[in-house]
Amino acid sequence: MIEIKDLNKSYVMGKNSLHVLKGINLKINEGELVAIMGSSGSGKSTLLNIIGMLDNYDSGAYQLDKVPIKDLDETKAAKYRNKFLGFVFQSFNLINYKTAIENIALPLYYQGIASKERQKIALDYLDKVGLKDWSGHLPSELSGGQKQRVAIARALASKPKVLLADEPTGALDSKTSDEVMELIIQINKEGKTILVVTHEQEVANMCNRIITLKDGVIMTDIKSK
Amino acid sequence: MNSIFDRDTWQEIFGSIGQNKVRTIITVIGVLWGIFLYIVLSGIAKGVDNGFENQFERISSNSMFVWAQYTSIPYAGFKTARGIDLQLNDVESLRKNIPEIQYIAPRIQKGNFGSAAASVVNGKRSGSFAIYGDYPILLKIRSKDIYDGGRFINELDIKESRKVCVIGERTRKELFEDNINPIGEYIKIENIFFRIIGIHKYVDEGGGSFDDDGDIHVPFTSFKRIFNSGERVGFLLIAGFDDVDILKVEEKVKTQLKIIHKIHPDDDQALGSFNLGALFDRILRFARGMSFLSLVIGITTILAGVIGIGNILLISVKERTKEIGIRRAIGASPNHIRKQIILESVFLTIIAGIIGIIIGAFVLYIINIATENLDNVPLKNATVPIKFILGALFLMIGLGTVIGFIPAEKAISIKPIEALREE
Repeated sequence: MIEIKDLNKSYVMGKNSLHVLKGINLKINEGELVAIMGSSGSGKSTLLNIIGMLDNYDSGAYQLDKVPIKDLDETKAAKYRNKFLGFVFQSFNLINYKTAIENIALPLYYQGIASKERQKIALDYLDKVGLKDWSGHLPSELSGGQKQRVAIARALASKPKVLLADEPTGALDSKTSDEVMELIIQINKEGKTILVVTHEQEVANMCNRIITLKDGVIMTDIKSK
Repeated sequence: MNSIFDRDTWQEIFGSIGQNKVRTIITVIGVLWGIFLYIVLSGIAKGVDNGFENQFERISSNSMFVWAQYTSIPYAGFKTARGIDLQLNDVESLRKNIPEIQYIAPRIQKGNFGSAAASVVNGKRSGSFAIYGDYPILLKIRSKDIYDGGRFINELDIKESRKVCVIGERTRKELFEDNINPIGEYIKIENIFFRIIGIHKYVDEGGGSFDDDGDIHVPFTSFKRIFNSGERVGFLLIAGFDDVDILKVEEKVKTQLKIIHKIHPDDDQALGSFNLGALFDRILRFARGMSFLSLVIGITTILAGVIGIGNILLISVKERTKEIGIRRAIGASPNHIRKQIILESVFLTIIAGIIGIIIGAFVLYIINIATENLDNVPLKNATVPIKFILGALFLMIGLGTVIGFIPAEKAISIKPIEALREE
């Protein structure tokens, strides 16, 4: 599903150049639940951003579902993001003046799906994350765990090939973390490829593959089970 | 791509501009005020224009008077301070030499410009009134409102030197009981009986009026006989064709009259004149200036308001950086974002415009009602033509779009990753 070959990425800040990713090689198959671990500054977020087409890379190759992803213009990137990827963020990133169901329906709006259809799909996914009764609530009226579940529903609504989760449990207590991870595992079991960036070992242990980054290189790549 | 007419597009727009309602309303008031000013000011300018037109509609605006006085420069063997009298055959001469002239009405008068008024008697009532000897052509230059059942002097009256007269409303009041219809009655002017054939209303002619309603008009030829005035003419009323410059006509008329009456070409005292054209021109220019001023004020205020909207959207884009990042991450293309922000700008401008037009129209309506029965206020039917309103509205849509591009480009220049990092 994801194929990365010799990926390099540097950030130039004034005179200094920071080499963040130093030749990453990575192949993730369909249906995998992969944890990307590493301390801060290890390059794990940069890798996720590149996979998520939110950032460009300098050299190497990246293929998503056999589509080469390189130097996309913003319009194309937006289209691919919408088609291939679902994002889950640490800080949820729900739009605060939109209700739960409206947030979930938003990616569908950008796909050009008609209003009624959107409502139906959004409600299905809200039901899937167990928040059917909360459809009319604003994010401010939801708990952290509920917000993250809405965010997951939103990420799934556009039927992406890959779900990218950046510290999905970072802002949650351990009980809700477990609930959210259980939801992610369940979605993975239904066949979705999922990448989880985390620095929590417990969260990583719930995944069936753990990739550890350090100073821009892959240190370990362990498949469990 | 979602269309402008899609309900969802509008839901997105309402959703985002509804976030900071107070700020949105204040911003909208800026544009609203601009269009309001434009509507009210140009409405009043139009009303003033109408008002003046209404007051002057009875006089040919392209007209002038000319009369003779005393010379101030000795010329052609004549001494200075020679009294000049215009003559009836001056009319032919002027007509022949100045093709710009459409009508000339010679008039002779008694009881105005220093001469003693004529005594007029009706039974036990009597009074002194100004008497004018007129030609029917006068009506072409200055209309007289004749009351029902009466008429003005006609050609036959002139030809036969009939002893008929048209009296003013005030003359009628002084000489007749209220309940008597004076048409067909006789009054004695300088001991000669004249039959009354019409009564004219008092008409406020604005600046250049010699007439009032305390006067009596008789055929020129009859006047000549009673007062033995010969070929003398008191003054000439001259109307030019609509497309001629009456100021030039005035010059030509004076030059011609100076030649006829042997007046020194530089003698400015010998002939008196009054040019209505110049007066109208000033008033017309004033009205046009007012329209133009209201246009300038309106457009600049609208522009300031629209810039305000652009500014507030720029702030709003900055505040919504993260939101825009989220939208981008979940699949919004730069076009989606751009379209949304431009539509927000246009939408706010149009809403402001429509409300401004409605309030402006309402204020004009109030002004119209308030001034409807005030004759001394030169304001009539203060309205703004619908094409001007539509023009203003289209201008605002255009400006809203152009201004909207600034925050829109700002919004899409933010990279989604940077937007998401923003806390």
